[in-house]
Amino acid sequence: MAALGFAAVLGAGAALAAPARVVSVNLCTDQLAMLLAAPGQLVSVSWLAGDPRSSVMAAEAGAYVANRGGAEQVFLLRPDLVLAGTFTSRPAVALLRGLGVEVLELPPASRLADVPGHLRLVGAALGRAAQAEALVAEFEAGLAALRIETDQPLAAALYQPNGYTTGAGTLADDILSVTGFANVGAAAGLTGGGILPLERLVLAAPDLLVTSAPWPGSSRAEELLRHPVLEGLRAGTAERRVSDADWICGLPQILRAVAGMAESYREVQGR
Amino acid sequence: MRVLIGLGVLVLALFFASLLIGPAALGLQQSLRALLMGEGEAVVLVMREIRLPRALLGLLVGAALGLSGAAMQGFLRNPLAEPGLIGVSPAASLGAVLALQTGVAGVFALALPLAALGGAGLAVALLFLLAGPRGGVLTLILAGVALSALAGALTALVLNLSPNPFAAMEIVFWLMGSLADRSMQHVWLALPFMVVGAALVLGCGRGLDALTLGEDAAASLGVRLGRLRLQLVGGVAALVGAATAMAGAVGFVGLVVPHLLRPLVGGRPAALLPASALGGAAVVLAADVAVRLIAPDRDLKLGVLTAIVGAPFFFHLIWRMRGGAE
Repeated sequence: MAALGFAAVLGAGAALAAPARVVSVNLCTDQLAMLLAAPGQLVSVSWLAGDPRSSVMAAEAGAYVANRGGAEQVFLLRPDLVLAGTFTSRPAVALLRGLGVEVLELPPASRLADVPGHLRLVGAALGRAAQAEALVAEFEAGLAALRIETDQPLAAALYQPNGYTTGAGTLADDILSVTGFANVGAAAGLTGGGILPLERLVLAAPDLLVTSAPWPGSSRAEELLRHPVLEGLRAGTAERRVSDADWICGLPQILRAVAGMAESYREVQGR
Repeated sequence: MRVLIGLGVLVLALFFASLLIGPAALGLQQSLRALLMGEGEAVVLVMREIRLPRALLGLLVGAALGLSGAAMQGFLRNPLAEPGLIGVSPAASLGAVLALQTGVAGVFALALPLAALGGAGLAVALLFLLAGPRGGVLTLILAGVALSALAGALTALVLNLSPNPFAAMEIVFWLMGSLADRSMQHVWLALPFMVVGAALVLGCGRGLDALTLGEDAAASLGVRLGRLRLQLVGGVAALVGAATAMAGAVGFVGLVVPHLLRPLVGGRPAALLPASALGGAAVVLAADVAVRLIAPDRDLKLGVLTAIVGAPFFFHLIWRMRGGAE
């Protein structure tokens, strides 16, 4: 609610003079800005936006200057608005504000219902409220079409390298909950991210294992995903390999992740 | 003999403790039935595929490190010789990391322990050359410090340059060691190297006993020093290489254990070797149980605990040597 009120105030201000040079320094604001900005309005996005492992708009990011988020580099781009995440380097944000640059900070989305608010907030800041409303309407219709309601959710475990899993209060948890799954990480008592020991995963015996595509090179973290005990578990459990990029940011494209999970729900249900 | 039986009982008790303690709270009866009789599907997987390999590797890695420490101390007649401290384990880590990051280990599984063995072997050979029986305490420690620093730095460099974002986070594993989430494949991969290494090192017992009388006396007793050295380099390299390839570099085990046990076996190197193997197994199993009790979900590194116990011991040894010199 507070965010919406803030958006209204900011929206009124932005209507007077839309910023002409916008620089984004956070992967999620990068992509929101690329979706919403008028031609020529967005000058630079962070280097991560060009990395297909993290960004769903890597191809589009090629049209912008890539920045590393340092105050010096950003300031030299002469922005009149900087978009940052609340976890973006604090000293860099403070320094830019001290130099008189306006900085809009966006918290990370922690549920699907945050997506419309984020679109509106960035849309208002860029003076592109109408474009934001159109994307919101499209997103809400898409989500409604994909949503699966069930009384008996299937158990799904998000299992990443190093045994990292995502618990309650996260975007990933919310994606599972709207597609008919109960999150094993949340049931294990985790809030936010954390480690799910392999033996507790085995005892939870999930219906679906959600893992990510491997990186090149070798690591023990990923070797864990090939542990023989998981091979044993896979005999009775479905697996979905997802693209990390789809799951990271609260963008309209998160519907790809939702659609993938809805598809998995039908597959596992049909077994 | 009584010492060996006592240590054997201790190792057995710790081995079972290692099997029965873990993040998933399982009952005693339930665990044992699953392990021995295969009852209860998921519990069987946990016991046979996660806890059993962890306990077996704790046993093997500890025995390898204890045995190597006793052998090196005996040959160099130097109380500070220890594979982790003087660079042998870090060099083995470097070998293992190179095998993994070049992809050789993915194509040919034995390449991992072989590369670690190569790293450890080069390090032991270099140390024996620089600080052989006549080299003195200081030379060995200085050479070891330089070797540890170099091997650690190169390991960090290789992992930082890896295209895999998780690799750099594993520098601490390769320098501190852990037994978390290992599988039976790791046990089978390490076991042959450990058996050969242990056979080579245990076979040196008589030579090491003779060496306590001095090199000339040993030679007159028919000990061929060059052969003894070669056999020890090979044995220690196989033991430390296999242990490090599977569990990372765990320090101080080979230092503390022989010192604690030496008075109990009458100071004879030949008797100290098997006792140190059992003692090392007990120490690593105990440390691995402790990391799971202190921080069950966090993969606290083994080397953290062995260093917290071992480093004060090291100070104590230095203090005593200093007293002896004055």
